[in-house]
Amino acid sequence: MTVGLTHFLLVAAILFSLGILALATRKNAVMMLMGVELILNSANINLVAFSRYQAMNLDGHLFAIFVIILAAAEAAVALAIVLQIFKQNQTVNADQINKLKE
Amino acid sequence: MSPQTLSTLTILILFLPLASFVLLLALGKRLPRQGDTIATGILFITLALSIVVMIGTLTRAPEPAIPGFPSAPIQSTFTWIDMDATIPVLGQQVPLKIELGIMIDNLVAIMLVVVSLISALVHLFSIGYMHGDKKYSRYFAYLGIFTFSMLGIVVTNTILMMYIFWELVGLSSYLLIGFWYEKPGPAYASKKAFLVNRVGDLGMWIGIMMLFTTYGTFRFDEIFASIAAGNYPFGSSTWLTIAGMCIFCGAIGKSAQFPLHTWLPDAMEGPTPVSALIHAATMVAAGVYLVARVFPMLTGDALLFIAIIGAVTSFIAGTIAIAQNDIKKVLAYSTVSQLGYMVLALGVGAYGAGFFHLVTHAMFKACLFLGSGSVIHAMHHSLHHLHDHDTDPQDLRNMGGLRKKMPWTFATFLIATLAISGVPLFSGFLSKDEILAGAWAFGSLRGGIGLMMPYIGFGVAMMTAFYMFRLVFLMFYGDPKRPDIDAHIHESPATMRIPLIVLSVLSFWFVFSFNPFGAASGWAVKSLPTPVTVTGTHWYPFAHGDGHEAAGPASSATSHETADGGAHETAPAPPTGETITQANPAQEALAHGIHAAHLSAMITSLIVASLGILIAWGVYRRKVIDVDAFTARVRPLHVFLSKKWYFDEIYEQWVVVPFVLFTTRAMAWFDTYVIDGAVNGVASVTRFQSWLSGLFDTYIVDGLVNFSGYFVGFFGIVMRKSQTGRIQTYVVFVVLGVIMLFYVFY
Repeated sequence: MTVGLTHFLLVAAILFSLGILALATRKNAVMMLMGVELILNSANINLVAFSRYQAMNLDGHLFAIFVIILAAAEAAVALAIVLQIFKQNQTVNADQINKLKE
Repeated sequence: MSPQTLSTLTILILFLPLASFVLLLALGKRLPRQGDTIATGILFITLALSIVVMIGTLTRAPEPAIPGFPSAPIQSTFTWIDMDATIPVLGQQVPLKIELGIMIDNLVAIMLVVVSLISALVHLFSIGYMHGDKKYSRYFAYLGIFTFSMLGIVVTNTILMMYIFWELVGLSSYLLIGFWYEKPGPAYASKKAFLVNRVGDLGMWIGIMMLFTTYGTFRFDEIFASIAAGNYPFGSSTWLTIAGMCIFCGAIGKSAQFPLHTWLPDAMEGPTPVSALIHAATMVAAGVYLVARVFPMLTGDALLFIAIIGAVTSFIAGTIAIAQNDIKKVLAYSTVSQLGYMVLALGVGAYGAGFFHLVTHAMFKACLFLGSGSVIHAMHHSLHHLHDHDTDPQDLRNMGGLRKKMPWTFATFLIATLAISGVPLFSGFLSKDEILAGAWAFGSLRGGIGLMMPYIGFGVAMMTAFYMFRLVFLMFYGDPKRPDIDAHIHESPATMRIPLIVLSVLSFWFVFSFNPFGAASGWAVKSLPTPVTVTGTHWYPFAHGDGHEAAGPASSATSHETADGGAHETAPAPPTGETITQANPAQEALAHGIHAAHLSAMITSLIVASLGILIAWGVYRRKVIDVDAFTARVRPLHVFLSKKWYFDEIYEQWVVVPFVLFTTRAMAWFDTYVIDGAVNGVASVTRFQSWLSGLFDTYIVDGLVNFSGYFVGFFGIVMRKSQTGRIQTYVVFVVLGVIMLFYVFY
């Protein structure tokens, strides 16, 4: 059995779903950030896979590298925010940070 | 002087006092000295112009006579209101319009000078008398409007305009009598004067309307001409008599004739210069002037009525004046009595005498009033000095011996008293003599009730001399009854002395006639020829010779003209047409009788006047009889006189109280059922309507507002459930939303 585009997409979809699941269910903000990383990486897989099987050029790789760079930056900013949230609330539990409600 | 110049000057004379009124009312206290000098100055200008007009009018060449006027007057008329419709008058349609205008004849010219002279002097006198009053400026403003109204009565040539100014005079007199309205006496007196005058004015209005509906015009000359042409109201001379009586009702009110004389003595509550102006010289003379103005249209019966009223008035007032102790009350009743005299003179047909007495009386009575004002002023100051606020400064019983302290006041007062008593060399003698001669001639011609006129005339002449000298003796002679008051009496200031001196000089004979024993040769009587009556045979039925054979020309036929063949020598036999302007035989007969009675009347009047003075001298100076003891002996009579014949009480009991009772009941009924009913009805309707709109408000307007509120609130409650604040919920929503969009678009 040859590994085709479908397999890559399937892996990416699984990764994406796991990312969403982590985002929706984990209460720890750091864990939620990790879910976001999974989602970004599933997108990377898609980009690279489509680049390999459909366009046959390096555009997808290029985008993937951009996304990785952005993810790094995003992780840095987001962790800084999480640190600030912890400073404010003595917790990073997303359940308890519901000040947006009112 | 040309008629145009005279008209212009007259209009100027009329409106100058109005200008003074407007100026003082508008600027008042902001003017220097509160405007008294301005008002007085304006009045002296008016006086100067009036003298110019009088000289100009009296020296004019006589115009041809027209009905009712010995010489056609200068007239200037304009249409005030044009109704743009026609009314049937005497069988034809004439335009319905109301005319106003001025007229100048000798009567007007002399009256202008009398009014503006007295008014100017009263202004001058008031500067001293009213000094320091709170409403000083307004006082002069009121004097201005009064003078304007009075001049308006004088100069008009339509009876409607006369009525308008007649009412204006009533108003300004109300304002002046009630000038010290914060005191109850003046407030009550001004009300009484106004209301009593209204009674007379109602009659006058009825008379005016009778004339207007008949002749379709208010102009004197047109009315006279129409009567002269034989047109009578409702086709009957009886109605002409009634119209004349009705118009005379106005004079009864204004000139304080019986039975409406009660207001004048009460009006003495006003400031004393006002009494001199209004209640001695001008306003009360308006009634006499009115009678003189309509004299040509008065029939014999109307004139007899007028003469009787005048005689009764002069007798009643003369008797009352004897028993009064308030100096102003004595003068007030004396005025009523003298006005009765004038009315009597006009009533008996002695036109010139009646009006001449008006002029001379205006001078000396104004002098007497101003003199009494001077005394009251001095008394008042003395009492003020003593801090005595209970003693009446006008009471004769507190005076005496004032002649040494107030020589000027005494001298002028004495001259005026001599004049009013009918002492030769004074003006009163001349005019009174003319009236008595007229009454004498009338009595002998008319007989019957006419005999009452000379008797009352001479009786009143004696009473006048008596009570006036009683006044002089009690005020100025003898010893002061209250030495404490007398010690602080001072002569009045120059502004008050000058009017007194001027008026006393005008009370001498030479002002009116150089012959001290006959006014007939003087300018005043000569310039007032009796107008020929336009009533023709409806005048007194006098004929030459014996009055008892008064077989007037009434029997002689269809014409109202001078048809009683040859009974007189002056008038030629009448041709056809406008002979009405020629002499009336009855008037000729009366004039002849007056001429014949002149000497005997003069001698009798001298006797009665000196008798009156002698009695006063004997009683009050020599004390031949004890006044108090005598008074006690005739106590009922004295009380009756000092209570003024109980007129006020009778009116109070029989007129005022029932009227007030009736009107209060009627008004109460009207108030309860009509006014209150209307108010309550409106209130009920309003309440019902507000109940309805309350319902609308509660259920419809509020319902809508509440519904939208609840609607929004309900959805808010529902929607807020989704806003948990948990970020993970939002993530789930986002995912679900994306999935939904995916389904929607693919």
